[in-house]
Amino acid sequence: MTREGWIRLLVVALFIAALEAACRGGLIPRTVLIAPSAMADSLWHLLRSGEYAADIISTLRNVVAASVLSVVLGFALGVGLHALPRLRRAVEPLLASYYAIPTFMFYPVFIVVFGVSPRAIIAIAVLLSIVAMIAGTLTGLDRIPPVLRKTAQILRMSAPTRALLIDLPAAAPHLFTGIKLAFAYAFIGVIASEFILSGSGIGYAIAYAYNNFENRKMYGLMLLVIVLATAANTVLDLIDRRLQARLQR
Amino acid sequence: MKRIGDFILLVLGIVIAWQALHAWTGDGALTSPFATAQKLGALVGTAEFWNNAEATARAFVFAVLISLLGGIGLGVILGLNRTSSIVSEPILIALYSLPKVTLYPLVLLCFGLGISAKVAFGSMHGLIPVTIFTMKAIMQIKPVYWRTAHVLRLTPSQMALTVALPAVLPEVLSGARLGFSLSLLGVLIGEMFASQRGLGFLIMNAMGLGDIATIMAVAVFLTVFAVAANALLLLLDRTVIR
Repeated sequence: MTREGWIRLLVVALFIAALEAACRGGLIPRTVLIAPSAMADSLWHLLRSGEYAADIISTLRNVVAASVLSVVLGFALGVGLHALPRLRRAVEPLLASYYAIPTFMFYPVFIVVFGVSPRAIIAIAVLLSIVAMIAGTLTGLDRIPPVLRKTAQILRMSAPTRALLIDLPAAAPHLFTGIKLAFAYAFIGVIASEFILSGSGIGYAIAYAYNNFENRKMYGLMLLVIVLATAANTVLDLIDRRLQARLQR
Repeated sequence: MKRIGDFILLVLGIVIAWQALHAWTGDGALTSPFATAQKLGALVGTAEFWNNAEATARAFVFAVLISLLGGIGLGVILGLNRTSSIVSEPILIALYSLPKVTLYPLVLLCFGLGISAKVAFGSMHGLIPVTIFTMKAIMQIKPVYWRTAHVLRLTPSQMALTVALPAVLPEVLSGARLGFSLSLLGVLIGEMFASQRGLGFLIMNAMGLGDIATIMAVAVFLTVFAVAANALLLLLDRTVIR
């Protein structure tokens, strides 16, 4: 590990230790925050008892479904927009300000259309994450070096062969950045929808525990979300960095 | 001019798609564009709407100020040193992609129900992207600028004002745009989950009553506001800087 990596580990460890000390020492009341070790202990018991297994599985299933849907749809829309420059010019200001639109406002509408069901949650997560994939696809297709296109022409490749052998690998790093962001937003979308209005999932379980003053359970589940999101994003970020490094060569 | 024409066509397309969706799902699920506009017109005339809008606006202004000032300050402090920026970048990115809603109960327990919880939650969303953009911008200032500043014997404050600030302004503005949007999102989610006032509360209340017209009207109001504000910031980005 690099020097910076060790310092980073030290910073995080010191932060957790300080939190632990502040909670154990009574600086932070137990009603506000429980010690990190108590959170880990609570998470361990929750996982072992299997009390929330159904919720965890349903959340993960929704995240995967929403990510896959937005990656596939976003890629298709991105390719379509790239092929239609005039439409793209009209849509671009909307894409640039998309994250200003409070997407969650439309969640009630999906609830009415789909009912309180996983489909409404997946729809809102797709709505939140699809634009990251569209933007990634557009950047990827824009950044293909012209020399590669010319090479394909010299080799007399057919359009499908060119798309598969030239365009896709050349755009891959930007596409992956899109996939990474789409996943992160899908995770946020699913948890937030479950939190606001739903009958199952980790987000719902946290909101339920909060409403019933079950602090131990709530913090155990919070820790689970933090660990899951950080682990998944770290892995995707590592792959992303490798691919980006390929661009520099 | 042609671009504006195309944009109007696009808006028209969205309204037509909305109308079609309305025809498909029926009045109970999605009100028609016309009925929504009518409802919005009626809502805008009531004092209740503006009371709620004011509550949201107040929390939002504080959240944006904290995000921008705190984010730029933190970004400058972390970005000026190479080690500190390399150490903090992955931590900040991990925090950015965390579903922050899960932490909302913690915010509520710390700040209680009320405006301070909403402000804290909104700035939690906005602060991190502003910090990341500022820090990255400062890291990527060309070393030759620093050397020139040294040769000219600028004092640190002159260096910050005449070299660093102009060099990072475009990125900082992009970060500010994102921070603006995410703070609004944070405040609204906060209001939707637990609050007694604000537009988010209005929507949750309407949801409980099954009042789709109000939901759509408030959502359209917020969307138009957010897109218009964002367009203004984009314009500022293009005219002031380049």
